[in-house]
Amino acid sequence: MQVDHAVCAFCGCDCDDIRVTVEDDRITQVRNACVLGKAWFMNHSQPSDLPVARIAGSPVSLDEGVEEAARCLAGSRYPLVYGLSSTSCEAQRTAVALAEVLGGCIDCCTSVCHGPSGMALQGVGEPTCTLGEVKNRADLIIYWGSNPGESHPRHMVRYAVMPKGMFIPRGRKDRTVVLVDVRRTASAAAVDMFLQIKPGKDFEALWVLQAIVRGQKLDKTSVEETGLTLEQVNWLADKMMHCKFGVLFAGQGLTQTRGKHFNTSAAFLLVRALHQHTKFAIIPMRGHGNVTGVDNVLGWQTGYPFGVNFSLGYPRFNPGEFTVVDLCCRNEVDAAIVVAADPVATLPARAARHLAAIPTIAVDTHESKTTKIAHVAFTTCTVGIHVEGTVYRMDNIPILLRKILSSPYPSDQEVISRLLTRVKELKAC
Amino acid sequence: MAKFKLMLITGRSTKQGAGISSGKEYRDYEEATRILDMNPVDMERSGLRDGDTARITTGLGSADVTCRVADIPEGLAFIAFGPACNNLVGDETYASGMPDSKHLQVEIARVIPESR
Repeated sequence: MQVDHAVCAFCGCDCDDIRVTVEDDRITQVRNACVLGKAWFMNHSQPSDLPVARIAGSPVSLDEGVEEAARCLAGSRYPLVYGLSSTSCEAQRTAVALAEVLGGCIDCCTSVCHGPSGMALQGVGEPTCTLGEVKNRADLIIYWGSNPGESHPRHMVRYAVMPKGMFIPRGRKDRTVVLVDVRRTASAAAVDMFLQIKPGKDFEALWVLQAIVRGQKLDKTSVEETGLTLEQVNWLADKMMHCKFGVLFAGQGLTQTRGKHFNTSAAFLLVRALHQHTKFAIIPMRGHGNVTGVDNVLGWQTGYPFGVNFSLGYPRFNPGEFTVVDLCCRNEVDAAIVVAADPVATLPARAARHLAAIPTIAVDTHESKTTKIAHVAFTTCTVGIHVEGTVYRMDNIPILLRKILSSPYPSDQEVISRLLTRVKELKAC
Repeated sequence: MAKFKLMLITGRSTKQGAGISSGKEYRDYEEATRILDMNPVDMERSGLRDGDTARITTGLGSADVTCRVADIPEGLAFIAFGPACNNLVGDETYASGMPDSKHLQVEIARVIPESR
């Protein structure tokens, strides 16, 4: 059987033109996907020998796992719901309800990837567009602090650089592509101009560009600390002001560097200032397949995109207080449920040690460093392969994932729903 | 062996990204997240050679990595996201929720096989 228009939900591109061949309820061939997408389809479609639930590493039934996990969460004084970047919006919505019933915190992988972009758009506004508009209109593409050649291998090919569009009839030939970064990455080979800035000087470089866009005349001493020459910044500012439709793709080079939300705010302000001259948009290069979705779900349900606390019975937002690194490194939370994420493998070691020291519930499709330390671990099926669901692409476009294979495992949403029901009973809500 | 100071940046690599799906317990992922890209001049100054094992240290922890010559500016080094860099990243987020995952000040020294 051949499945056309399958969706790869590994990264924020969520490419929906994947062709999958299925034989004997197994995926045997994946076409159109990048190396990351092929690895995602092939590995997530392999039969698993993991039990559906484990308590302290020992196999138990789903009912027993749900009972133990619900007891841990309901008995907690300050629980954390975390992860959610690689599951469906339907599961994310249920997880928000669980966090509210628990009166704890809910945070997602956004806080350690593009949280600073979320903070910037709250403060500045978000001049944005869809990737369809990028394909059809954008004649200037700037990647800043991003290495799409390795992190989003089809981004250039499918959306931003190579495709021919309605007003970009010659595709690549009609676009100018610029890469700004502290090192010459693999992506530099695909651009027209690589501008190498000094490490930690993103804010200064963005502010210099904004000054030029706003009509300031700068001398070479004003720009030298950025690592760029006056000629380079004037060239880039001129390209930005005189393009027909420009897009700045902001990477984690901005969000994970000193300055963080000040860097992203400077980028958003630059794009806003460019609207005095032309059309311009900014899109964060979101990493996980539905990390944009969890921002949206949390946004429409609580008003905030990440780092949300329900202790007072209503949602409060405070990055640095209700975010996973801070909650774990300060040893504040006393139980955690992690859904579709692997914080033990991705967070600072001190945070990982705290998760190992408290009752942690892991809900994941495969074995991970977090499932290995979890008090209760659930094995679930993969959304987009075994169960349908909704994800949001990096440009906030919702995409429906379809079921391709059958699975003996429950979905993330089913496990969280059962936990929610049981926690409500235990807390007599 | 004297310690040599570098600025470390972390990020995604294709092999590390594929390893997320294939399994973090497998050798490919482990190797992909323990390769340190260095400028050849820094490598010579620090007494390291391509393929050497080196120990990176911050005030919070250390990690052993395999050095590789790369096209990267002097004073800068790159490692893919993974268990090695997690030992080096601090827990201070400066009220942003985001730890300093890039531009970490680190010290690096060759690991002499007998001392491992």
